[in-house]
Amino acid sequence: MKQYGLQNLFNGWTIFTVITALIIASPVFIVVSYVFVPTGEIWSHLADTVLGNYIYNSVLLLIGVGTGTLVVGTGCAWIVTMCRFPGQKVFEWALLLPLAVPAYVIAYTYTGLTDFAGPIQTVLREIFGWTSRRDYWFPEIRSVWGAMTMFTLVLYPYVYMLSRAAFLEQSICVLEVSRTLGRTPWQAFKDVAFPLARPAIAAGSALALMETLNDFGTVHFFAVDTFTTGIYRTWFGMGEPAAAAQLGACLLIFIVSLIALERYSRGKAAYHHTTVRYRALSKLEMSLPKQVICILVCFFPVLLGFLLPAGILLNWAFQTTEWWMNLQFVEFAFNSFILACVAALLAVFLAVLMAYGARLRPSIFTKFGVRAASIGYAVPGSVLAVGIMLPFAWTDNLVDSWAREHLGFSTGLLLSGTIVAVVFAYIVRFLSVSFNGIEAGLGKITQNMDCASRTLGHNPSETLKKVHLPLIRASMFSAGILVFVDVIKELPATMIMRPFNFTTLAVRTFELASDEQLAEASSAALAMVLVGIIPVIMISRTIAKSRPGQEN
Amino acid sequence: MVLKLEDIRLSFDGFCVLDNLSLHVKAGEFVCLLGPSGCGKTSTLRVCAGLESPLSGRVMLGDKIVTDGTKVLPPEKRHIGFLFQDFALFPHLNIFQNVAFGLKGYSKPDTEHRVLEVLKQVRMDKYASALPHTLSGGQQQRVALARALAPKPGIMLLDEPFSGLDSGLRADIRDETLHVLKSTNVAAVMVTHDPEEAMFMADRIVLMKGGSIIQDGAPHELYTNPIDHFAASFFGEINIIKGIIKESTAQTILGNVKTSGFKEGEIVDVLIRPENVIVRPRSDVDQHFHTTKIEAARYLGRDSLLHLCVEDETGACTHLHARIDSQLKPIVDQNIVATMDPARAFVFRAC
Repeated sequence: MKQYGLQNLFNGWTIFTVITALIIASPVFIVVSYVFVPTGEIWSHLADTVLGNYIYNSVLLLIGVGTGTLVVGTGCAWIVTMCRFPGQKVFEWALLLPLAVPAYVIAYTYTGLTDFAGPIQTVLREIFGWTSRRDYWFPEIRSVWGAMTMFTLVLYPYVYMLSRAAFLEQSICVLEVSRTLGRTPWQAFKDVAFPLARPAIAAGSALALMETLNDFGTVHFFAVDTFTTGIYRTWFGMGEPAAAAQLGACLLIFIVSLIALERYSRGKAAYHHTTVRYRALSKLEMSLPKQVICILVCFFPVLLGFLLPAGILLNWAFQTTEWWMNLQFVEFAFNSFILACVAALLAVFLAVLMAYGARLRPSIFTKFGVRAASIGYAVPGSVLAVGIMLPFAWTDNLVDSWAREHLGFSTGLLLSGTIVAVVFAYIVRFLSVSFNGIEAGLGKITQNMDCASRTLGHNPSETLKKVHLPLIRASMFSAGILVFVDVIKELPATMIMRPFNFTTLAVRTFELASDEQLAEASSAALAMVLVGIIPVIMISRTIAKSRPGQEN
Repeated sequence: MVLKLEDIRLSFDGFCVLDNLSLHVKAGEFVCLLGPSGCGKTSTLRVCAGLESPLSGRVMLGDKIVTDGTKVLPPEKRHIGFLFQDFALFPHLNIFQNVAFGLKGYSKPDTEHRVLEVLKQVRMDKYASALPHTLSGGQQQRVALARALAPKPGIMLLDEPFSGLDSGLRADIRDETLHVLKSTNVAAVMVTHDPEEAMFMADRIVLMKGGSIIQDGAPHELYTNPIDHFAASFFGEINIIKGIIKESTAQTILGNVKTSGFKEGEIVDVLIRPENVIVRPRSDVDQHFHTTKIEAARYLGRDSLLHLCVEDETGACTHLHARIDSQLKPIVDQNIVATMDPARAFVFRAC
């Protein structure tokens, strides 16, 4: 009777899923648990001096970026979806391009462009004959307002992407009905399309705001004090990991309220269309001046968010060939590549096993496990770094002192400060990216496929190997690519956790830019932008296919 | 005995799906589980396959206990064939590979021999290298049948195997499937909600409702001798008229039916199928029959449907349906006489 018991609540798959999920979620729990560790003086010192500033800057950034991405993202999505003007097809995907530019990279390029020695101010001085800084006023890009602009320019595609998908899914019937009931196109947008798309827009804004809170490179470079820079400084500058963890917990409160806000704004507003009839959207015909306005409105975000920074980077890269035509640069690129490959493979591997485990036995445990494992995506890299480094360092010390006492030699650092820690951080942060893709892929395979394979004599593992894996190859590939690109661009966790003297493209960019060597940093930044274009292409293809009843 | 279910109880989220269900299937027998949707027939099949784990009860395949309460032998170790409503062919494998999927432990020449053998049986051997999506629904169904039969299962389980096919094709495929299964002499349990399909396929029909078996017997038994209102009405439209018991006879507006087991004066329901209502023009000898009018007549091809109004003593109208040979041309408002074939009427306690 040994073969019995497979159908019980816990089998190998469930246990694997739940345990993996708990390990993935553990850094978050550790950070939260530090709330209860007394840090005495340090915390009250932080609270008295910088905490207010962190909160003020973070809230200001959230409001600014939220408004900015909402206006730019939703506006462009509506124009591109509903209006007919030359180049509209191109803008459909071009508006996604800024997604390829990491926020800290765009910050460096705009600083290079607009600082005192930069081309804009130089030209202005030459035209007006100014000689020194005191002769004129010029907006300071390295400020909280500058950071807001930078974030808006690269993060609006999240809102654009999701609201456009929502507009595309809306039945044209609803819009036409609102027109026949006497609404102008603008009123139809305001009263019908926008409210219907609200859940999607809220989700897009939430993504953009989480990226804002996650950012380290931009705010550090602009000297805008937020939680991420505070965590970094408290740990490395003051040597206070516990206080750093508590700052991380504060930041988590922001994240949690963001998620709550998004859920609330979505609320019961999961609208369903009562019609199943879809027709290709008939776009609004417009007068010439209006067409020009449409083109300009769509062109500006692409110009400022992608063309200009990419152009500057390209220009700089040509001026500084000696900085990238060498073996050292190849080594940085190779480091990035290897890290991203390992993380992507692991993330896909774990996601397949977890998603399959949850599919085999959909219970409260697996559901909870999957939820827990996906919170990492919402948690900023710097907070994760703290949550991982603390237990890893503790384990290392324990093993080391045990080895020295009983074996007579030092084991050194086994986990912390090694590639293991960095890869683990990537997995925690990006597992949900691969998981979502793979779960969607598995969802397209009917349960009867599983049953057919099982009744034909194959156990769950054989079924996974012979039926599911061949069928979800495409999902696995795209999930892997998404993780790969995210890892290439990731900065804060890599910065904090990388082994000594181990440099990736992201870290290289950050280091050179911090030394004000902006032009020299361009090659590494450009490489990341180029890699970042891959998922943009993938996403724009997926959206194009998403509209029911539309051929292309 | 090939398959035996004993006192199976199954529930989903506290909602009872199967209530102490017992079922036996003999070797070579073709049993249909018939019932409305949600009656638990598919769940019964999934319990047999080991895809569901019941709260209690036992399942035996041959002389082996495969389910004992929550202890369930996984489906891959049961040696059963399962035919799905959506066929569930593996889209990434060609027809040959699909059929060979269940042939574990066969040598390469044995596999090839067996696959071609079953494909020939369902007349699909020419398509061995085709991919499933290039086949029509009927062809996919035949391949699915071949795939399920290839490992020579001890029993075949069929879950609404024809409902995915369009109606023209369904009759042909149904016929073919029956012949293939009968020629392999494998016992089979099929789930369907279509009584005509059940009667066409089954040696025995098990009628289910609300997780229990209502009636179990040969098709003609269920049709001609239903156990209650539900069983009688499930096999087709039926007229329900009131009757009153006098001297072991139910007296109705359509005539009297001999019966037993009811109290004198009890009000009963008398059920009569439309084809067993007899209609003829009124003549002089029919004085004692109730006044009956044809309200509407509809020509349906094989027969015609009459909407009748039978007036009782108080002048109240009882609406009835009758089916008559379509050659006879009924005239609306014609004064006629309606009676019934008492041997084909069923008398049940009023509900």
